[in-house]
Amino acid sequence: MPSNKSVSDEPITQFINCRILRHHKLQREDLWVRGGKILDPEKLFFDEEGFADYRIDCENRIIAPGFIDVQINGGYGIDFSQASDDYSLGIAMVAKKLLQHGVTSFCPTIVTSPPAIYQQVPMHYSHIHTWFIVMSWASVLRIFPFSFSPPLSFVLPQIRVQNGGPDGAGILGVHLEGPFISKEKKGAHPPQFIRSFNIGAIADLLEIYGQLDNVTMVTLAPELPNSGPVIQELARRGIIVSLGHSVANLSQAEAAVLQGSTFITHLFNAMLPFHHRDPGIVGLLTSEKVPAQNRIFYGMIADGIHTHPAALRIAHRAHPKGLVLVTDAVPAMGLPAGCHSLGQQEIHIDGLHAYVAGTTTLSGSIATMDMCVRHFRDASGCSEEAALEAASLHPAELLNLTHCKGTLDYGSDADFVVLDESFTVRETYIAGQQVWKK
Amino acid sequence: MKLIVLQDYDEASEWAAKFIRRRIIQFNPGPERLFTLGLPTGGTPLGCYKKLIEYYKSGELSFKYVKTFNMDEYVGIPRNHPESYHSFMWTNFFRHVDIRAENAHILDGNAPDLQAECQAFEDKIRAAGGIELFVGGIGPDGHIAFNEPGSSLVSRTRVKTLAMDTILANARFFDGDLSKVPTMALTVGVGTVMDAREVLVLITGAHKAFALYKAIEEGVNHMWTVSAFQQHPQAVFVCDDDATLELRVKTVKYFKGEPERSDRLKSLELPFEGAQ
Repeated sequence: MPSNKSVSDEPITQFINCRILRHHKLQREDLWVRGGKILDPEKLFFDEEGFADYRIDCENRIIAPGFIDVQINGGYGIDFSQASDDYSLGIAMVAKKLLQHGVTSFCPTIVTSPPAIYQQVPMHYSHIHTWFIVMSWASVLRIFPFSFSPPLSFVLPQIRVQNGGPDGAGILGVHLEGPFISKEKKGAHPPQFIRSFNIGAIADLLEIYGQLDNVTMVTLAPELPNSGPVIQELARRGIIVSLGHSVANLSQAEAAVLQGSTFITHLFNAMLPFHHRDPGIVGLLTSEKVPAQNRIFYGMIADGIHTHPAALRIAHRAHPKGLVLVTDAVPAMGLPAGCHSLGQQEIHIDGLHAYVAGTTTLSGSIATMDMCVRHFRDASGCSEEAALEAASLHPAELLNLTHCKGTLDYGSDADFVVLDESFTVRETYIAGQQVWKK
Repeated sequence: MKLIVLQDYDEASEWAAKFIRRRIIQFNPGPERLFTLGLPTGGTPLGCYKKLIEYYKSGELSFKYVKTFNMDEYVGIPRNHPESYHSFMWTNFFRHVDIRAENAHILDGNAPDLQAECQAFEDKIRAAGGIELFVGGIGPDGHIAFNEPGSSLVSRTRVKTLAMDTILANARFFDGDLSKVPTMALTVGVGTVMDAREVLVLITGAHKAFALYKAIEEGVNHMWTVSAFQQHPQAVFVCDDDATLELRVKTVKYFKGEPERSDRLKSLELPFEGAQ
């Protein structure tokens, strides 16, 4: 603002006394913000002859790009895969709570669900069929004094892509995990809703999902017949295709990558175990068939439970630039121990473990993103920079969002997190505005 | 002319920074009375800038009322090129201190009319009341700013073609590719610097020893443009021991003289006469 050749009237904030993560290094530098974007102070100085309106002393803390969680099923009792009367309020509540964990944007994830969760389905699909008939007759006969709209049982269209702010982390788009997955590797997904592709391929997918306007990512099993055209079409539409809940061997996985897949859903979990004669999907990390320009990313639940630290280290050392930390958090994240619902199933929380009730099948984690960053740093022995980038830069690269997210480069969105030496989140900022403070 | 001999690069840098600090504080600058300072770029003054930043951070010194004029800038490389002198000044000095952007002047090597840019620079210096203290370094060939050997000793700010030696030496900063090295620069003239009320020239390292010898033991010579400052009423050369290697023992002993070296630094400590 205080500049005589100003290009903007918005106030300028200078964060001082900090180490900022830029160009893969934590460096002693100030962070300048104007109008929700990271500002180049050199341009400000020489072109605008401007200076900061406000200076904020960060007390020697770390400033890293805001965390991005591309796989989160819910939290604080809210299940993104369950319809409810106040579904949007539930999402908004989780989005707000995520701020305290340094998450500034995320992809709400819908697990394998009945068709009615994805869209207002044709009648023959659903048990809400009867309900519809009752209601329409009620309406026609004016049994009730008001006209009725059906309950919003479908949840997918209710999730809006939106920027973050004081009200919560931004929503980048939905991650649809299933139902086009392998029954053998269903994990916690309800088997009765798992589907495969018919000849129609992409048409099958659209028939289930209804539309893809707010979808960022689809997890599917590439070994399903006719998956090729689906992967190609999704990639063509700019939707990330992730391989997971799958029994694909390496050559099937490689074919899927050549068709446009770029991500692996929670590596090691819900896929064939690594075998030295056919390493399966895990083999993509070191595959020679993947062209150099097709960088493969892989989701890693670094909660210390879903992946053994030794396995985490193997993956990280084999392919450090592809590691994307995900929480895969279930609705019980943020809740006390006991029984809770995930999708259509009951799960049981015991310590940091979340099981499908009555079994020992893991059903997603209850770790938060900041915990995962800390655990990943400690377990892998990687640099501070690598741990932070796995939760910020890498997911942004995966989603092709590095022009605005995942870095502190000039012109990027000023979404960032202030951490102390122990990687505890002290403050979270979105678009340059403080949205959470410890 | 004074020659101050310090033990090594660090001491010479510290002495120079303390000298600048003393001059600024003694001047007692304010909103209506800015201290005008001429500044160099290059490896030699880096240590001095580091010290000045320290003094700013410890609260001993402010640049709020200091107006700076840089000696030179390349022609035709983007302002944000890492080798531009804008980048140098921003990275190594301006961003660390409280100088106001409107008080920091660097020649614009991308100006549409370069000659007009040079004239405007001279005008700005005049409008600022001339330069109180001009700090400079020199090249191994004795050039001050980009006043390459053969420059007129009464020259003013102008466009200058760089000497082949300079271009070759600079290639390492431009991926070793001669075609990327700028061949022209804008530079203050020897006369521009001579007009300053005081001039401080930093010379360190054995590779500058011959230039120092030419600067102070030989006569004024336009092939060693820094020698012009022999005729400046208030010129101080600051060097380290290595830079004196080509000087005569007699010269070094004379300038080392008294007070002893340790006292040289002490004499500039805070508080001194005139300090706030």
